[in-house]
Amino acid sequence: MKSYEYHKPQSVKEAIDLIGSLDHAKYIAGGTDVMVMIKQGKLAPANLISLRSISDISYVDTKDGLKIGSGMTHSEIVDNEFIQKRYSALVDAAGNIGSGQIRNVATLGGNICNAAPSADSACPLLVFDAEVVIAGPNGGRTVKIDDFLQGPNKVALEKDEIVTGIHMPDFGEKTGSAYIKHTRRKAMELPILGIAARITIKTGGSQACCKDVSCTPDNATNMLKRVEDEKFVCDDVRIAMSVVAPRPIRAKKAEAALRGKVISEAVLNEIGEIAALESQPRDSIRGKAWYRRDMVKVLTKRAILKSIERILRPDNAKYSYR
Amino acid sequence: MKKEISFTLNNETIEVEADPKWTLLYLLREVLEMTGTKEGCGAGECGACTVIVDGKAVDSCLYPVMEIEGKSVETIEGVALSDGTLHPLQQAFIENNGVQCGYCTSGMIMSAKALLDKKPDPTEAEIRLAISGNICRCTGYVQIVESVQQAVNMKK
Repeated sequence: MKSYEYHKPQSVKEAIDLIGSLDHAKYIAGGTDVMVMIKQGKLAPANLISLRSISDISYVDTKDGLKIGSGMTHSEIVDNEFIQKRYSALVDAAGNIGSGQIRNVATLGGNICNAAPSADSACPLLVFDAEVVIAGPNGGRTVKIDDFLQGPNKVALEKDEIVTGIHMPDFGEKTGSAYIKHTRRKAMELPILGIAARITIKTGGSQACCKDVSCTPDNATNMLKRVEDEKFVCDDVRIAMSVVAPRPIRAKKAEAALRGKVISEAVLNEIGEIAALESQPRDSIRGKAWYRRDMVKVLTKRAILKSIERILRPDNAKYSYR
Repeated sequence: MKKEISFTLNNETIEVEADPKWTLLYLLREVLEMTGTKEGCGAGECGACTVIVDGKAVDSCLYPVMEIEGKSVETIEGVALSDGTLHPLQQAFIENNGVQCGYCTSGMIMSAKALLDKKPDPTEAEIRLAISGNICRCTGYVQIVESVQQAVNMKK
């Protein structure tokens, strides 16, 4: 293995100045991807610039929406109660990446910059209309996550730029979200398929959507019955899928088809079909294309139901992200 | 070029010359000759190299050595008391056949200890989650989970 120098800048500016002045330099955050690539010989930097000592990229701000510093680890995101409640899909994703040991060091910024087609945090960020905040030698800029993700391991980021944060708008209390990572085992696994949903509902007849709703998790059949009885209308919705295209994508036609509709089993089945048509999965070692497309149908429906369930359940009811 | 780093290792402050390209695991095993921490896959998949850094379980095989400057590192060598009295986790692993070939054991114990340090009375689900980044190819995990549960009860 080639030798490298290791730099620990204390500020974003210092890091950017460093990468401009050093040869063959690369940023490293948690290092759970970069260190593996170096060991495998896929990367041979002469200089590593660590972002771990920069306190400016380690923050959570919940005043208006959600602003997360790119240096936040997955464990820190999972433990945050506000994110658990209001941005549940992100906790679903962060809580199921790698293992505890990985989540304790791997960062949100690192996960999206590595941009694996299977990156778990990408789907939730897509459904939350996230904006990626970037700092560079010529100042800062903001890019929508949908434009930031470009392809396998490819993002809209110059070599000397740093993602400093990820910002998401506020969706109010009648919004729920979920991410379903379809895997064969529960840990240390990449998804066969990942689906995230975010939905805002308007209640049909009555105002009180939380009335008479028990906080125990319900099965899909009961959930559907309840949803149909109460005539919930989908006010707004986002659906995102991963591992079904070179990069995580939105199912925009399925979203459009659900918006404004009264939610029922028939409608959800139709949405699943549309999402499946929008997916372009491939055969791979983890699953065949036909299987993935079939599972898009099933999991889209489930992710939407799970999102609605989280709106209906009272605030103090804890849900499991596993 | 080697650089001097200073950190706490099993409650003792030490200073060593480290090459920036080393991982924490390399420093522990090859330089400090503390071979209790094992290398399995070397890629963060198996958890055999788990140590505790500032209270959190991490894979030492992916931990750049320069990042431990000023931090507190705990390894399997620091788990028993200095007089040789075993930690409840170690005792429980012996009593419940939580050890077969033993290669995963240091990592298992460090992951379990990181959990118990934070949560002295975890549920079985929490125990299983805490060791879900540690692969054991012998036991089928049942005895390991039982060992951790016994350690919880021994501490009560």
